[in-house]
Amino acid sequence: MKSSAMDLKIEIGQQRQGHLARAVSRLARKKVAIVSIALLLTLYAGGIFAPWVSPYDYSYQDYSVIRNPPSLEHLAGTDRAGRDVLTRLLWGIQNTIILTFIAMITGGLFIGVTLGLLAGYFGGKVDVMVNRIGEIFASLPTFFLMVIIAATLRPRVLEMVRWIEDNTVIHGLVQSGVVDYFVISLALVSFTWFGMARLVRGQVLYLKTTEFIQSAQAIGATTPRILFHHLLPNAISPIIVLVSMSMGTMAGSEILLSWLGLGIQPPRPSLGRMLLESGNIGTLQNEPWMLLAPGLIALLLILSWNLLGDALNDVLNPRTR
Amino acid sequence: MGAYITRRLLWLPFLLFAISLITFLLGRIAPGDPVEIMLGNRYDVKVAANLREQLGLDRPMLVQYGDYMWKAIQGDFGESLRFRGRAVGELLGPKMWVSFQVNLMAMIASVSVGLPLGFFIARRQGRWQDPFTVVISLILMSIPIMVTIPFILLAMCRWWDLVPCSGWGGIWDARIIVPTITLGLFGFAGLMRLMRASTLDVMGQDFIRTAYAKGLSRYTVDYRHILKNALIPIVTVLSLSLDGMLTTSFVAERILGIPGMGDFVIQSIFNRDYPVIMAVTLVGSTAFVLANLFADIAYTIIDPRIRYR
Repeated sequence: MKSSAMDLKIEIGQQRQGHLARAVSRLARKKVAIVSIALLLTLYAGGIFAPWVSPYDYSYQDYSVIRNPPSLEHLAGTDRAGRDVLTRLLWGIQNTIILTFIAMITGGLFIGVTLGLLAGYFGGKVDVMVNRIGEIFASLPTFFLMVIIAATLRPRVLEMVRWIEDNTVIHGLVQSGVVDYFVISLALVSFTWFGMARLVRGQVLYLKTTEFIQSAQAIGATTPRILFHHLLPNAISPIIVLVSMSMGTMAGSEILLSWLGLGIQPPRPSLGRMLLESGNIGTLQNEPWMLLAPGLIALLLILSWNLLGDALNDVLNPRTR
Repeated sequence: MGAYITRRLLWLPFLLFAISLITFLLGRIAPGDPVEIMLGNRYDVKVAANLREQLGLDRPMLVQYGDYMWKAIQGDFGESLRFRGRAVGELLGPKMWVSFQVNLMAMIASVSVGLPLGFFIARRQGRWQDPFTVVISLILMSIPIMVTIPFILLAMCRWWDLVPCSGWGGIWDARIIVPTITLGLFGFAGLMRLMRASTLDVMGQDFIRTAYAKGLSRYTVDYRHILKNALIPIVTVLSLSLDGMLTTSFVAERILGIPGMGDFVIQSIFNRDYPVIMAVTLVGSTAFVLANLFADIAYTIIDPRIRYR
């Protein structure tokens, strides 16, 4: 009697479990998802704690160990200037994750979600405006858009930051890499926001016709409450999937920009720059670790996000399974 | 459908106008006087003023834009600032043709491998081939192209001595092989995944069960019912995948020393060669917009169930 009552309780408890909690428990049963989450956590921890865990200084050159293969002192070997490859990798990861996070939060989540909600909910002129502007961005080939923004805005932003340094008490801005971060995130945001806005808009268009939104309107809920309390939580699954999928793409774009010389500027280390310096047959034949190490890290970073996105898609959007 | 196409075509000029205005303004916002770059250390105030007048750079921005667009519509994109005396069209034409060939070959390679494999893999759902191929394709999509190329080159050019390590000789030359493989690997992975998803989607629908139930052979159902329907959404995806293909092909061209647009565009941006940047963006976006429009129209013709408002 007592045990059956408990069973009932557990059952009710399980039924009360929200959509997301159920998704998480389903995700935990997927091996691929666990592996990619573990990989991401390791990479991100390495990047975030780079100042503390990296064995050397990223620009420290030891001329006695130029082009040394991996050893106990230098776990991933050294490069042409005698710098520790592992250290530079960790700092490179840090740059990539900072940039992708800034771009995702400002462009994807803040701009994209807000505009998508507004366009979907209000329709009419707002909708037309958002869609038309987005269409302009979407019809420029990503490569041109990204490269042109990064190339033309950098000098202007640099000028501005220099002016701030000269006229206020703030110093060391240019050295901290603020300019690079700002310009690259802007370039990344330029092609991220519309995808998110379009997705959220589509969700809202459908949700708007449902009864619970109509009843919320009927009892006089304020617009912000309807937008952020009723519409957003119900559109969260596809947003999560898209975020995970685009994090990988964005990391790839950041690496591409730095590879072209438009991203993080030396002497700050970046994965793109490392790939540029070592991406040739000679290096691959003679000093393979210089290409393998950054290549593998870049692959793992992008692949983990893609695998996670795939798993999340299976778990959160069961229709497409 | 006619109304839909008309509306899309009417919107096209506005879209191109907005794109060109944005590119033009971005180009002019950037500091770094093109005249200064052209003259280098022979810079002289008087000569510079003369040159500026000659190039029309001293006029108001909007006048410059209007003038530029008027000529651009007639096919005259002006003169390159980096290579004095050479028309932009004349410089860009051959490079665009090379890039077009590279992309075309890559597209053919990825479609001819990706679509059949995606179709085949979808029918193996639940067996090991399916997750295996899905993971492999995700890995292929995730490797940055600058990492793959050295490996493929090392194998094909140093070890097996099949092709020269860099350069270009048209599509009938052995040097097309490496870019086709690298870009093809990237494109094929994406197409395969989409084809798999699309095939699975069709396979789960009621009319397929009906087709089996009324006693059609497996072959007929596969090719007449599943394949035909699964191919429909691929049309739109093809035009969208052009974007990713273009980006990767620019990188590949740069590494492999192919005289296409990749390196040329980057150099023009670093040298503030506005006329070239403008022309590339305008022509590129126009082609891109037209490809998407064409795909959407083709979609409505192939699949009469689709109705655009």
